[in-house]
Amino acid sequence: MSLDRIFDIAGSGMSAQSIRLNATASNIANADSAASSTDSVYRARKPIFAAIEQQAMQQVFKSDNNQEASKGVQVKGIVESDAALDMRYQPDHPLADEQGYVMYPNVNVVEEMADMLSASRSFQTNVDVMDAAKTMMQRILTLGQ
Amino acid sequence: MAINFQNALGIHPKALEVRVQRAEIMANNLANADTPGFKARDVDFRAMLGEQMDNGAKQPLSMQRTDRQHIAMDIASDASLLYRTPTQPSVDGNTVDTQKELAEFTKNVLDYQASFQFLNSKFKSLSKAIKGE
Repeated sequence: MSLDRIFDIAGSGMSAQSIRLNATASNIANADSAASSTDSVYRARKPIFAAIEQQAMQQVFKSDNNQEASKGVQVKGIVESDAALDMRYQPDHPLADEQGYVMYPNVNVVEEMADMLSASRSFQTNVDVMDAAKTMMQRILTLGQ
Repeated sequence: MAINFQNALGIHPKALEVRVQRAEIMANNLANADTPGFKARDVDFRAMLGEQMDNGAKQPLSMQRTDRQHIAMDIASDASLLYRTPTQPSVDGNTVDTQKELAEFTKNVLDYQASFQFLNSKFKSLSKAIKGE
């Protein structure tokens, strides 16, 4: 246990939040990307966060599995949303199918904006934590002066 | 009576160490503020400090590793790491309250600085004694 692990933890948090922000940016940018079929249409992307646990081997031999706190956060993967696609009747659209429908992504822009704010706030929190750890480390270097 | 560091510095080096460990646990809580199902944790400071102080006297149950491939197996009585009681748990099972956690973290940093100040003045007085000022 030492201060530089805080850097790793806060760094993992910042990286995870920036991936989330990235996905949000992609979703908002593609909110109106039309397509002619359900296969080719853009779907909202969501990152899945998970805590980084201790190494499995080490954990098994601990007296209690829950005795060690995890070591930061990781992005397990990015999944596409299953929400219903937005079908609009636009017969004049060049991408319209035989019935005159155009597929639009299932991106909820309002939800994405809220997600964006949440991600940037969490990012800031991690930056604050890292800054505090930096101050603590600088402080310890002045010991005995 | 001989002067040694253990007696001269007292509880402060251990306290500083425990403050760092607590900061690490809270940094982890804050990093996982958006992780579904994550449970916020904290330490019982008194218990952890007591444990640190006892460590010098009695070793925790540990096994000798005679081969590089052996698995480390410390049965440390690390009972001081607990779960936080959530005030308003969220639907996804996460119990991190970012504001509360950040407040505790800041408080911990200040306590760390206090411990540091004490330790530093201990060292200062030792060097004064050595120099005979």
